[in-house]
Amino acid sequence: MLKIDTEKCTGCKICEKVCPFGAIVVVDNIAQIQDNCTLCGACVNSCPVEALSIERKPVPKEELDKFSGIFIWGECEEKNERIVPKKVVRELLAQGRKLADRLDQDLTVVFLGDGKLTGLETLITYGADRIMRCQHKLLGNFTTDSFTNVISAVISKERPSVFLFGATPHGRELAPRVAARLHLGLTADCTGLEIDEKGELIQTRPAFGGNIMASIVSPYTRPQMATVRPNVFSFVEPDNSRKGEIQDFDVILSPSAIRTKVVAMERLSDEREVSIEDADIIVSAGKGCQKKENLKLIQELADALGGVTAGSRAIVELDWIPHTKQVGQSGLTVGPQLYIAVGISGAIQHLVGMSSAKTIIAINKDPDAPIFKVADLGIVGDAMDILPVLIRDLKK
Amino acid sequence: MIADRYNKISVNLRRSVAEKLVKMKILICVKQVPEITDVKINPETGTLIREGVDSILNPFCEYAVEMGLELERHYGDIETVAISMGPPQASSALIRCLEMGVDRATLLADMRFAGSDTWATAFTLAQAIRAMEGDFDLILVGKQAIDGDTAQVGPELSEILGIPQIMYAVSVELTGNKKKIRAKREIETGNEIMEIKLPGLVSLSKGPMIRSVSSFKEILDARKKELRVATASDLNIDENELGLGGSLTQVVKIFPPQVKKTGKLVDGSEPQGAAKKLIGFLRERKFV
Repeated sequence: MLKIDTEKCTGCKICEKVCPFGAIVVVDNIAQIQDNCTLCGACVNSCPVEALSIERKPVPKEELDKFSGIFIWGECEEKNERIVPKKVVRELLAQGRKLADRLDQDLTVVFLGDGKLTGLETLITYGADRIMRCQHKLLGNFTTDSFTNVISAVISKERPSVFLFGATPHGRELAPRVAARLHLGLTADCTGLEIDEKGELIQTRPAFGGNIMASIVSPYTRPQMATVRPNVFSFVEPDNSRKGEIQDFDVILSPSAIRTKVVAMERLSDEREVSIEDADIIVSAGKGCQKKENLKLIQELADALGGVTAGSRAIVELDWIPHTKQVGQSGLTVGPQLYIAVGISGAIQHLVGMSSAKTIIAINKDPDAPIFKVADLGIVGDAMDILPVLIRDLKK
Repeated sequence: MIADRYNKISVNLRRSVAEKLVKMKILICVKQVPEITDVKINPETGTLIREGVDSILNPFCEYAVEMGLELERHYGDIETVAISMGPPQASSALIRCLEMGVDRATLLADMRFAGSDTWATAFTLAQAIRAMEGDFDLILVGKQAIDGDTAQVGPELSEILGIPQIMYAVSVELTGNKKKIRAKREIETGNEIMEIKLPGLVSLSKGPMIRSVSSFKEILDARKKELRVATASDLNIDENELGLGGSLTQVVKIFPPQVKKTGKLVDGSEPQGAAKKLIGFLRERKFV
């Protein structure tokens, strides 16, 4: 339950403003809690004098079974001046659909935005039963505080059995805050999800840089929460006959709840270029390319094939390419139709970021390079000699 | 059960920096990890072979340590404290922090911490910070540990402590008379400069250049510094909130990853032939 320390409470009314459910009323300069409090926790962090705290008791097993519904965070991005769902949302929908059917529960995708959210109906054709829109002028840009408040409110009110996030940079900073606020188990960066005979979500993920796989459950808390690695699950073709509904979730949010301020932004990726996460063809460079000037060969090959360029952590550290193009454990996970690794030895941290590519070609001087273990075609040779000939022949 | 004690312990947590008469305090939470490139799997049992595997200070944690020290050098009048939870051997990671220049260190070592998941780890760290370092101004962490790669303990810790966070920072500066922190951080499309009021938490994905070797004097100095070992009894924490029992997730199975079978390996010492092979393959798979 939510506790108020009446000695500390100054009656400042901040909690009244940030409560998403209007469940706090300040009477005679002391906050009072109404019956409709869902324990979402939005007020606790906003109290300037720490007068609020939540006591969470373990939930009995039979209570856990009452949680129902597979929920997905519908992360959006800006593309061609439109706000659209990221590719990972469609991947989560395909996987979430399987879980929902197995459990005979609904699949809901939750969108947060500032009112410019359009075209969400199409997500129904990708498997959603319900689109939940959370719209507020303070949700136009991602902030951990505002998104944590709203997602926590949705969970507290809707009580789903599973909540999935894309393991994107934002997903990986949001999910742990929600989990810690609501005292929920959370598994990071999953590459496998299934329901066992008890109806529990088995969350499988790589650990030790991909050297080992671990299957994990959250037996004591609901929803079962996981972030899911992008480009691992494939999405399904849209089915126009699918029916679903669109619902609005009432959002109450106060500027005082947001403690981060963006001072400046610097765009490094080319807006007109497809991001490496979404690309079908990627030509990726490693330290074996020897010097920065040689990257123009990588670009020429990518252009000839209609693809984009990327690279390993090693060349990001050398400042040859920006981090927005980094493939691997500490960069981005890609899943193109074709991945050409040029001069990349293939440390396990790189392999986990690209091994779900459909076709992999590797060019490397070292016949023992680990990249060859995952390659469909491996060329043992000096890429800097081979690429000019290849590019010339491709252009013919 | 848990939050009940939040208030009592953290009275001084958000005391404004201006009121503080003592130095600014930066906590750096670090983890000791196996050198994972050496990790092998026993094919029969499917478990990790840990023998002969070196333990190191997690590289992203090194960034956090070096960033804390850089702030101390640049702004002065800052105390830096390294904290780690781990087995007694993890003290070597903290000794490395002390040799790098951190003022003092605390190791949370107790059999009862074993098997902690990210929640139990973050909660234990939070209770330790409340009990021992409640007047901190800034917490620095690495963006992820290279063994678990969850990147969850940082944000879970900041949520439990009720402080704002900046994730994936590459450079950090103090502003507003050390009351605010401004960080450049990596986002998917580029970089973002973000600011928060302190106390707060920053996770580092890069940092200042790491000096791999400490000087002889630094190593000698490190021996004189405080390396405290604390157990569960030093924290305000219930037995059932610790370790495996206090964890909200459970590992049910560990197994080796499926390795994709190797394709063709072709000699490419002759560029013409190699290019021809490549084009043939690209045609066959209908990419050209």
